[in-house]
Amino acid sequence: MKYSKEQTQELLQKIENSLRDHLLKNKISDPIIIGVHTGGAWIAEWLQKKMGYEGKSASLNINFYRDDFSRAGVNPKVEPTAMPVSIDDKHIILVDDVLFTGRTTRAAINEIFDFGRPLSVTLVVLVERNGKELPISADIVGEKLELGNDKNIKLNGPDPLALEIIDK
Amino acid sequence: MSEINNFDTEEEKDNKSDIVSQKRLSHFLDIEYLSKPLILDILDLAESFAGVSGQPVKKVPLLRGKTIVNLFFEASTRTRTTFELAAKRLSADFLNINVDFSATKKGETLLDTLRNLEAMHCDMFIVRHPLSGAAEFISKNVSPNISVINAGDGRHAHPTQAMLDIFTIRKYFPDFKKIKVAIVGDILHSRVARSLIHALRIVEVPDIRVIGPKTLLPNGIEHMGVKPYVDMDEGIKNCNVVIMLRLQNERMDSSFIPDEHEYYNLYGFNPKRTDLLAKNGIVMHPGPVNRGIEISSEVADGERSVILQQVSNGIAVRMAILSLSMQPQRDK
Repeated sequence: MKYSKEQTQELLQKIENSLRDHLLKNKISDPIIIGVHTGGAWIAEWLQKKMGYEGKSASLNINFYRDDFSRAGVNPKVEPTAMPVSIDDKHIILVDDVLFTGRTTRAAINEIFDFGRPLSVTLVVLVERNGKELPISADIVGEKLELGNDKNIKLNGPDPLALEIIDK
Repeated sequence: MSEINNFDTEEEKDNKSDIVSQKRLSHFLDIEYLSKPLILDILDLAESFAGVSGQPVKKVPLLRGKTIVNLFFEASTRTRTTFELAAKRLSADFLNINVDFSATKKGETLLDTLRNLEAMHCDMFIVRHPLSGAAEFISKNVSPNISVINAGDGRHAHPTQAMLDIFTIRKYFPDFKKIKVAIVGDILHSRVARSLIHALRIVEVPDIRVIGPKTLLPNGIEHMGVKPYVDMDEGIKNCNVVIMLRLQNERMDSSFIPDEHEYYNLYGFNPKRTDLLAKNGIVMHPGPVNRGIEISSEVADGERSVILQQVSNGIAVRMAILSLSMQPQRDK
């Protein structure tokens, strides 16, 4: 099943609005937006521009922090991590396209802490699906989906961004 | 030529594609059997690892719980320490076996030393040895779960040095197909030159030159796809990259050059020769540098020199090679 460009845009708009409310409510200004490669980095860059922040968003290649190296190895095709500013004492907005088992988020948080000690980390995802394996929840979610084990969610992009549910 | 197979199966060698579709590199012994996509994958992965050295915590947890052993039967500073740093930045446990003081000096055979290290549940041996083929010999005599990395064997090969050299070249000249590269000096005794020529040919560098006195150019070197020159000025003209090699006196069993002063005049990279390079041309050297013999201090420390970048890049490239060689076999 394919989401249209407009349907995906609606979800993006929803997370942008929720993020603005979250920042206001928690009195956070000047956060650092960090996206997880590849889909999360696209969304992070979209948010960076929509929120009117200067420069490019940061991005993480969590390849080297995964917990399944002994089974899956490394993927050389993933873009390197780009952390252009110091994250010490900053509020981090961590962005990913899909929250599934929570293992990617766990790896991303580990990597973030190798760059410094942020004040807080807020997790933003476009889609949260069933299948959680770790005690990790998103603060801002575009849409929650119940999917069978034979399905995967894919974000096509970067322009336009469009979600798709595919067979594994 | 060795019969090293860097892939797990013969089919793997025939079906060269990128690392994602391949099983792991079981050993990293030589460069000539690697495919272009695989070499480019290693360079891309090294690009990601290069960022780790700039992090406040210069470490990633990829090889946590693995034990890597440096087994060096020959002196080395850069290669030994950059392998050690690469392993430590991947969070592996690391042992340096100093063969000069080890049990082999007390009469233990190499195979007995290997068996003992295997019994300590080591996962990888990084081997440097003065004899060609030593790393391959060791790879054939260890348990199948142990990877062997060749860190230089005799005159035969130094594949990780070649990888870090082409990684450095790509930083300055991203399109290998548009550059001219010259390797200057003691080609005859150089395992670096041999591995580098293979690497440059695989990534399709169209113009590879080797420059040196006839006594230091192997007979038939042109069959490796390179152009030999005895005139340094003619050879380096319009080159984008010039790689200077050290005179390997320790591997010379007779007189190959009249004297070092004469050698410097004919083949040393002096500041005047910089003008012969292509615009933005770079000068490289695998180290250790003999100042005033193959290169002047002015050039070695000058703006065209990327010698220290080569050292830094060596860590990232070796991190890539260690992690790819330690990958799981996907059919298990």
